[in-house]
Amino acid sequence: MADRFISRGFIGKRREPEAANRVPPGQHVVSDFPVLSAGPTPRTSLDRWSFTIEGLVRKPTKWTWEEFLKLPTQTFVVDIHCVTKWTKLDTRWEGVSVDTLFEHVELDRKAMYVTAFCDGGYTTNVPLPDIINGQAFVGYNYDGNSLAPEHGGPARLVVPNLYFWKSAKWVRGLRLMEKDRSGFWESLGYNNHGDPWKEERYTGD
Amino acid sequence: MKQLLEWQIATVKSIKPETPKVKTFTVSLPNWLPHRAGQHYDVRLTAPDGYQAQRSYSIASEPERSGEVDLTVERLEDGEVSSYMHDVLIPGDQIEVRGPIGGYFVWDAGMGGPLLLIAGGSGVVPLMAMIRHRASAGSSISTRLLYSSRTPEDVIYFEELDELRKDGRGLEIVHTFTRAQPPGWTGYAMRIDQAMLSEVVRPLGKAPQTFICGPTLLVEAAANGLVQIGVKPSQIRTERFGPTGT
Repeated sequence: MADRFISRGFIGKRREPEAANRVPPGQHVVSDFPVLSAGPTPRTSLDRWSFTIEGLVRKPTKWTWEEFLKLPTQTFVVDIHCVTKWTKLDTRWEGVSVDTLFEHVELDRKAMYVTAFCDGGYTTNVPLPDIINGQAFVGYNYDGNSLAPEHGGPARLVVPNLYFWKSAKWVRGLRLMEKDRSGFWESLGYNNHGDPWKEERYTGD
Repeated sequence: MKQLLEWQIATVKSIKPETPKVKTFTVSLPNWLPHRAGQHYDVRLTAPDGYQAQRSYSIASEPERSGEVDLTVERLEDGEVSSYMHDVLIPGDQIEVRGPIGGYFVWDAGMGGPLLLIAGGSGVVPLMAMIRHRASAGSSISTRLLYSSRTPEDVIYFEELDELRKDGRGLEIVHTFTRAQPPGWTGYAMRIDQAMLSEVVRPLGKAPQTFICGPTLLVEAAANGLVQIGVKPSQIRTERFGPTGT
């Protein structure tokens, strides 16, 4: 097959031209907000919730829910891209920038990678450069309301530049490390990095 | 474990209508790889101008069948890929796929049991791969499928499930019909709730390996209900399936 494969009789449902350059290859736009999880939705009461930054930092820090809410809040409007092929444009969140969190802990210069850890045991890994400089936040309000548990509430890491499994639901902390360490889906056939614009869906992509 | 999943051009071998909205596409693969029951394939369609669309579809067939897989696909009203597959594809057509994909929502007979499978609508598809694998492997692990459908005509694989149930190897099927029931039906006629879960789980004991697949509301209700009756969250694997709804 020298030429590209063509699906006989396929035309497709085209999107608006202005949206087209916001939708990565192989993705399609949805208007609802699908829920995908590997197991039951964990329920942690807010008085037992905390957020921790640990590992290669000078001042490991733990915030209670009340303390976390007092951190400077920002509004983020971002497009999200799930590896299961849906993309949702202009999602509106409120939360705390990862930059703000890192100001409190002072990163060690050896820190290169981050593992997000969560209620329910989920983990995901991201290179540090992918979540600093305004690229990631911990969101607790979605579309004007508290983030629903099935969408990761009370708080979810949001990393819009990577496939949405990196945006860890029920996040409880970040661990800074010198070496990379594969998280849950990254150990189960999904790509270690997950850039939707490069279609890094699965291991080896 | 660096495994590169290449796109390959499969050939549609046969198409079987399962229900008014669901068809099974048997596709022959030039580079077939053994899958695990519960995994899926990605399907990619390409238009003459290069426009592409992709979706994921669960494998319905057992891994013991080599060289081909069954993809059971529900036709969604505004579905870009499912409507093409239902309305355009005929046997002999080619279709681009890659897989198998997914390493968590999977079950092998070697993982043991007892096995609790809960399906809503076309969420039964990856669970059917597990049931077929179980049968092919000659396993008699205690297994219960709780299968929620709107109406009897929406049940996928009805006869085959009934046959497997009757072979006396420890598979039980519990249907619930949420909108319309067969004449004289005495079984469940409601959405899955905690009382139903308790009754269905009881014969399997406290620690069944559990797989739940269906629409979000069903998955949430079943998973939360099971946790409340004492099944450990780590024993419950979930997958969302079917129309995204709103």
